[in-house]
Amino acid sequence: MSRFEARPIPSRRMMLGSPLIAACAMLLTSTILFYALGQQPLHAFYVYFIEPAMTTYGIGELLLKATPLTLCGVGLAIGFRANVFNIGADGQLTMGAIAGACVALYFQDAQGYWVLGLMLLAGIAAGMLWAAIPALLRTRFNTSEILVSLMLVYVAYLILSYLVHGPLRDPNGFNFPQSRMFNDHAILPLLMDGLRTNVALLFALVAVAAAWFFCSRTFAGYRMKVSGMAPAAAAYAGFSDNANIWLALMISGGLAGLAGVGEVAGPIGQLQASVSPGYGFAAIIVAYVGRLQPIGVLLASLLMSLLYIGGESAQIELQLPSAITGLFQGLLLFYLLAADFFIHYRLKPKFTNLTPLTPVALVTPPMSPLP
Amino acid sequence: MNTNYAISFLASTAGAATPLILAATGELVVERAGVLNLGVEGMMLVGAVAGFGVTFSSGSALLGLAAAMLAGLLVSLIFGLLTLSLQTNQVATGLALTLFGVGLSAFLGRHYVGQSVAPLPHLALPGLSDLPFVGPLLFQFDGMIYFSMIMVVVVDLMLIHTRLGLIIRAIGESPHNAHAIGYPVILLRYAMVAFGGAMAGLAGAYLSLGLTPMWVEGMSAGRGWIALALVVFATWKPRGLILGAYLFGGVTVLQFHGQGFGLPIPSEFLSMLPYLATIVVLVLICRDPKTILLNKPMSLGQSFRAD
Amino acid sequence: MNPSITPAHDTRPQLQLLGISKRYPSVIANDNVTMSVMPGEIHAVLGENGAGKSTLMKIIYGIIKPDAGEIVWQGRQVEIHSPAAARKLGIGMVFQHFSLFETLTVAQNIALVMGQSPAQLAQRIRDVSEEYGLPVNPHRLVHSMSVGERQRVEIVRCLLQSPRLLIMDEPTSVLTPEAVLQLFDALRKLAAQGCSILYISHKLDEIQNLCDSATVLRAGRIAGTAIPKQESARSLAELMIGKELPSCRLLPRTPGDTRLALRHLTLETLDPFGTKLHDISLDVRSGEIVGIAGISGNGQQELLKALSGEIRLSDAAAVQLDHQNAGHLSPAQKRAAGLCFVPEERLGRGAVPELSLAENALLTAYIPAYGSGMLKHGLIQNNVMANFAREIIARFQVKCGDEQSIASSLSGGNLQKFIVGRETMLAPRVMIVAQPTWGVDVGAAILIRQALIDLRDQGVAVLVISEELDELFMMCDRIAVLASGQLSRAIPLAETSINQIGVWMSGDFNVSGEIDYV
Repeated sequence: MSRFEARPIPSRRMMLGSPLIAACAMLLTSTILFYALGQQPLHAFYVYFIEPAMTTYGIGELLLKATPLTLCGVGLAIGFRANVFNIGADGQLTMGAIAGACVALYFQDAQGYWVLGLMLLAGIAAGMLWAAIPALLRTRFNTSEILVSLMLVYVAYLILSYLVHGPLRDPNGFNFPQSRMFNDHAILPLLMDGLRTNVALLFALVAVAAAWFFCSRTFAGYRMKVSGMAPAAAAYAGFSDNANIWLALMISGGLAGLAGVGEVAGPIGQLQASVSPGYGFAAIIVAYVGRLQPIGVLLASLLMSLLYIGGESAQIELQLPSAITGLFQGLLLFYLLAADFFIHYRLKPKFTNLTPLTPVALVTPPMSPLP
Repeated sequence: MNTNYAISFLASTAGAATPLILAATGELVVERAGVLNLGVEGMMLVGAVAGFGVTFSSGSALLGLAAAMLAGLLVSLIFGLLTLSLQTNQVATGLALTLFGVGLSAFLGRHYVGQSVAPLPHLALPGLSDLPFVGPLLFQFDGMIYFSMIMVVVVDLMLIHTRLGLIIRAIGESPHNAHAIGYPVILLRYAMVAFGGAMAGLAGAYLSLGLTPMWVEGMSAGRGWIALALVVFATWKPRGLILGAYLFGGVTVLQFHGQGFGLPIPSEFLSMLPYLATIVVLVLICRDPKTILLNKPMSLGQSFRAD
Repeated sequence: MNPSITPAHDTRPQLQLLGISKRYPSVIANDNVTMSVMPGEIHAVLGENGAGKSTLMKIIYGIIKPDAGEIVWQGRQVEIHSPAAARKLGIGMVFQHFSLFETLTVAQNIALVMGQSPAQLAQRIRDVSEEYGLPVNPHRLVHSMSVGERQRVEIVRCLLQSPRLLIMDEPTSVLTPEAVLQLFDALRKLAAQGCSILYISHKLDEIQNLCDSATVLRAGRIAGTAIPKQESARSLAELMIGKELPSCRLLPRTPGDTRLALRHLTLETLDPFGTKLHDISLDVRSGEIVGIAGISGNGQQELLKALSGEIRLSDAAAVQLDHQNAGHLSPAQKRAAGLCFVPEERLGRGAVPELSLAENALLTAYIPAYGSGMLKHGLIQNNVMANFAREIIARFQVKCGDEQSIASSLSGGNLQKFIVGRETMLAPRVMIVAQPTWGVDVGAAILIRQALIDLRDQGVAVLVISEELDELFMMCDRIAVLASGQLSRAIPLAETSINQIGVWMSGDFNVSGEIDYV
């Protein structure tokens, strides 16, 4: 790519612009795809991307889906900034859901919202515990947290499968792999009548604010940022690599666990064979498209949420395959990574004013000339 | 335990090991050249759906396998374009490739769910099939099992004894030095990435044509990630891949034979074994930092740009 | 002794550069450079760091394409598109920073450059290397070889291709005086066979010894040509920088108490390609500057990390600060105990390239013991941070936009001034500096050296690790040599000479006296 050269300083404009460019590119590609699938491109575009946000109920659904994405995304972003790659968020989410469900089912005859509180704590703890495994293995045994956390996703899925087919299965459920429905005190209160959006949204917003504060104002956030940008500088400054790894995984694990509890105590209302359509993985995309900034993550989760909901309505109204959603999500991340190129590189400009070199340090001639 | 049972167990182990060997061999070459491609899972799925789809439509498994290699190669080139020419972060791009591959394969395969094709035929090698014990075992092997073992040997010889192998190893250690000598580093890395993609695609096709002749969304179930772990386990030397893959193959197959052994363990826990084994194996290898420092290609994961 | 510059049978230049120019976004590296080299001529290319020498050589070797100008090779105009094309013409280059592959053998490394296989080359490697007095074992893995041995491999690699022009880029920065003599013999032999040699260096004494002619580059342009033997070191230096160079003043001072002590420091590193440290002992006292000389690759990196705390030592007593065991302390704890450190890598270690100067001030100035107040209950106080950075910028004359400027936008010299300033303002009791003026412009170098001397005069114990003997001889009270992980005794400057230190750098600490170059 000899037509491009490295920028002396990364471009601020492109840092803000690249997600927008990526989103536009994805929208353009999707329109082309609609056409290729035999749809009216503009109508399909409307049904997929615009219609879901046109009703109050639709906005409620958007916010509902954005909640777990934001919770997971915020946590992942903090980790990615420090080069700690928690790919197993979906597993931590699943374990959080399981823990919350266990509490709900154990105390199913209890009254009072303390059950809900306990469920939330259990979910966060379970997520953190599940993330502690890759943290421990990375800090003690130098194993890649990418591979370990990912393997644990499959393990978590299998644990869930075992539970809903066995010990936690609803005896009155006609042998479906799902648990009893939770009682009212184990369900998150709704924010507004008629919408499924619940209190978890507030958790997500608090998480965004807390993450922003953490990243920009705390020293711990600074340490993680430096570790990701310049590991040698972090070592030089005396920042503990291990502390950063634990912090990153505990935060993202806890938030993912919270997202998991939020799902089963929210729209699902019980424990099922699958509690997540891959939120933990979609959150990776959300984190990057949000440029690893908390506010950006919130906006990106809304976009991602739109992709999920739009996919569902497009399937119903236009008989478009639901698998299109996953395709769009992958494309979005590809476009973002490609657009990021322009943050650090630009087209070679024509040469105008050039400054000559300043002479660099001379080692002065030796004190005594040689014989 | 009688002989027939043992043969059947070993044969299924070989079957389970084969996609791992294929994918890991491809990824090993890519990593020796200094590029970390985490998208193996995505490429395998794309290969699986392409292989199944083409075989289903054309009736020819050979055509299907070729299509799978091509499909894996093509998506790997997206990764190549981003990381080699646009300097994107290799980890993020690899993850993107996986997610994209999952989505793309689900999309392309939507019409194939529930369909079936004829599985790959077993290969009856003349003479060998008549040997005691080994004969009936080999009789259960299809061509891909042999192919995968040949590929490992070929890649091993290539890396150690050929000029190309020397160049790949040099690029993997220091792309800047290789570039200074005059080697087309980016072009060679593209070629290696493409090779890795083709191998991953082939591995995926073996899943949908050989092991379980059908298409299901996400049917690789993490095998692509296990292949990545295998490369580490083998400390980037092809010889270690066979041992590792057969170990994993055996563990994977245990979940089906678990009931046969009369173990009172729920099937889900047996299914966990490959994943847990991966973690254990990684810990064992990575524990001593010297092992990794000595064997990991020095430029692995770092972007390279020719000035 | 000297080959005639123009052999009778061939008056045509081997290489001519006509009006070569090369521009980069922020700088002109070469500006209208015209020069010619005759066959058999040893031609020096002189200039300070950043004068454009390396760029020019890379253009000749095909790594970089010039923006303007022509290259004429043996009377024909050519375009050199790549190193392979340069090699085909008969041009070879020995790089300043080696381009060898550590995990491969010598023969494999050479095979990568030449068309044959390692097995076929082994015997030829042995023969040619012996012939030129630079013996090399073709089957050794490069990572097991010393820096001087590796350079031999680089040279043999070029010699095997029967070059007509050999470019040597700062070849002796990694050689002991003995090895330098061997190299010079080899080069003279090569020149006698009609091969031209372009010898890039800023070591004026060597150029006077070896070279027939010299071209001086300054700020990308030709500043003049000279016959080195007819010039003095001073006149050559003035050609290079264009003005008189002020030197630093070191007033004699009685050192005080030992502040930093190394006691039998031994370190086995994890890195299989690193250097082990053996039994290193040293005292650095208040009010003195101790220098450690040594070619990089002899354990400097490991020693610096052990001192800074980036590597923790199992033997806590191996490093002592103010008589307290400190080998086990982390960098933060060491800073709290008064040890500050300027590393040799500015961008990426001493400072984070993408962060502002203010945020980079926080990198080491956060320690509570300093009392800067940048942190309160774990929260960053942005005002305090910015003020501190502004103070550094003012006191150390750092040229930048302001404290919000991004670190990577500063020139090398200005960033180094900032880092030295930051560490200085932490009021250290011990200051360690590695390669203080590498890649730094003259003005900044003077300021940095003076800052270190000022610290010394205020009673700080200063340790300087540098590859540049001349710099160490300018500013140290005592000097020691690090070779193959072992440290010589520290000897007062007045009792030694550059030559003796040069001999110590080969590992023989017992020699004393002078070495003649002739």
